[in-house]
Amino acid sequence: MSTLSNILPRWTTNRDTRTGQALRGMFGRPAVALASLTCIALIIVAILAPWLAPQNPYDLAQLNIVDGRLPPGARGHLGHLFLLGSDALGRDMFAAMMFGLRTSLGVGISSGAFALIVGTTLGLVAAYFGGWIDTLIMRTVDLMLGFPTILVALMTLAILGQGVSKVILALVIVQWAYFARTVRAVAAVESKKEYMEAALCLGFSHRRALFSQLLPNCLAPVIVIAMVQVAAAISAEATLSFLGIGLPVTQPSLGLLIANGYQQLLAGFYWISVFPGVLLVMLVFSMNMVGDGLREALNPRLQK
Amino acid sequence: MSPAIPTLSVEKLQTHFFTAAGVAKAVDDVSFDVYPGEIVGLVGESGSGKSITGFSILGLIDAPGRIVGGRVLFKGVDLTSYGREALRQLRGNRIAMIFQDPMMTLNPVLRIDTQMIETVRAHASVSKQAAREQAREALAAVGIPAPDERLKAYPHQLSGGMRQRVAIAIAMLHKPDLIIADEPTTALDVTIQAQILAQMQKLCARSNTAMVWVSHDLAVVAGLADRICVMYAGRVVETGDVDTILKHPQHPYTIGLLGSVPENVARGEPLMQVPGVAPSALALPAGCAFSPRCTHATDTCRTQKPPVFRAGESHLHRCFHPVERVAA
Repeated sequence: MSTLSNILPRWTTNRDTRTGQALRGMFGRPAVALASLTCIALIIVAILAPWLAPQNPYDLAQLNIVDGRLPPGARGHLGHLFLLGSDALGRDMFAAMMFGLRTSLGVGISSGAFALIVGTTLGLVAAYFGGWIDTLIMRTVDLMLGFPTILVALMTLAILGQGVSKVILALVIVQWAYFARTVRAVAAVESKKEYMEAALCLGFSHRRALFSQLLPNCLAPVIVIAMVQVAAAISAEATLSFLGIGLPVTQPSLGLLIANGYQQLLAGFYWISVFPGVLLVMLVFSMNMVGDGLREALNPRLQK
Repeated sequence: MSPAIPTLSVEKLQTHFFTAAGVAKAVDDVSFDVYPGEIVGLVGESGSGKSITGFSILGLIDAPGRIVGGRVLFKGVDLTSYGREALRQLRGNRIAMIFQDPMMTLNPVLRIDTQMIETVRAHASVSKQAAREQAREALAAVGIPAPDERLKAYPHQLSGGMRQRVAIAIAMLHKPDLIIADEPTTALDVTIQAQILAQMQKLCARSNTAMVWVSHDLAVVAGLADRICVMYAGRVVETGDVDTILKHPQHPYTIGLLGSVPENVARGEPLMQVPGVAPSALALPAGCAFSPRCTHATDTCRTQKPPVFRAGESHLHRCFHPVERVAA
């Protein structure tokens, strides 16, 4: 049962805290432990891509058209091993995927982080002040959630144009609503509790009461949503890039790599699209898995 | 009476709640003074308006409630005319509040030190280090052993009595002039209760802090307070020194309350009771609110509201037919 909990450092497992117990419970499930390891490994690879990759796939000087569309495991004319094959321009797919992962994760995590900050703040404010502020924020949330994610992102990008920062902005516009809705639901319950009344009696300012008292009590669901939303952001960005309106070709993500190869898929050059696709699925799936594990670990009602 | 200016002077306070079902007169014409270093017990049944009185003083009445009349003088200044920000700066700083259940009022996910430092810094711009030192001193002052360890604890790691001591320490952080305590010992064991009461008495006497002790437990208030205000249906029906109220109560309701304390009745005798229940604040009787439950009630009681009668130097009551002094 305890696969990972035995080898984890003491502070994660042996401490008499809720976090410790939650982590122990989470890593006790082999699937979640495996997904967490996958996530961590992929993040490390993404960070270290420029040093780990066998080739810089975007340095044109390192590419040679002669090596184009080599199957996985083939050697190029200079003896370079193309582990996962190469694309039409002679790029090493393995290296390209590392860089694509870097872009995908970067965009996903940064848009998730901004959406978290915006959504959590608005959700807290809505629940705490209530009244017309609550109505205004939550009706906006309803409006945002009423549109399909990809449609809103498409419209935003149609107005803003291409670029990494614009894609991030489009994803934040789409995703803040999920954070706001969840945080507002939790904060609405928490802000009625006596410790908030006590904070008021202690003369806390609204800002202090919101961020130092209310926010820490709403963090558990925020963590879960953050994990799931980063995964969602990564797949949304992949979709946008696949459709050709996401990231520029100079900073390709996994979605762009897939788009790059899908026309040649039926010609037998499956590796150009399939391997980035598999990596994307692996990344999104393991992140969702971790999010799921966190939800069960952090929700006292689901604990046995 | 002390010649000094009272720390708190509540004058003809009226707090009403405007609900769909009608106007609930939760606090209706309440007056009392609290002098520095003095402890005033506000006693009454559930729904008598004692807690609402406490919240009215702090200006924490939410809609549909409103203070509709009277004044709350804090060191001679009327708080009902204060703005929100001015009131906020008083709360937790000059006027502190202690609640019934410390498990509920301490933030469950924050360590004690975080909560105390936040409270210090809500009213004083000091460094975290200085705030932490102040927190440690406050914990030591309320008799918490090993305050350094307690600072690092979460609320759920402390016992009930310890939590209430922490809540008291938080209330005392800014050395307030007035503390409003809303049944702070009700949730505790009797032995712990006694310790906390003694501690509070000592703290108030030492720092000359005035205190309003809201409670339904006459036995607790008898041992702690200097003066007692007995509240019934939003009004103070009898007020006076502890000894006077305990030995020579004149209002039938006070007598009923005293009779309900088991230790005042000889063993084997049936306990005295106050029959019936307190009236709803939405539908108060026309005359004396206590008349439907009172054995002495006459037609006068049922039609006219009793004014304030003076029975002694500081002994006031609202009863047309006060019970005569029985030889003590």
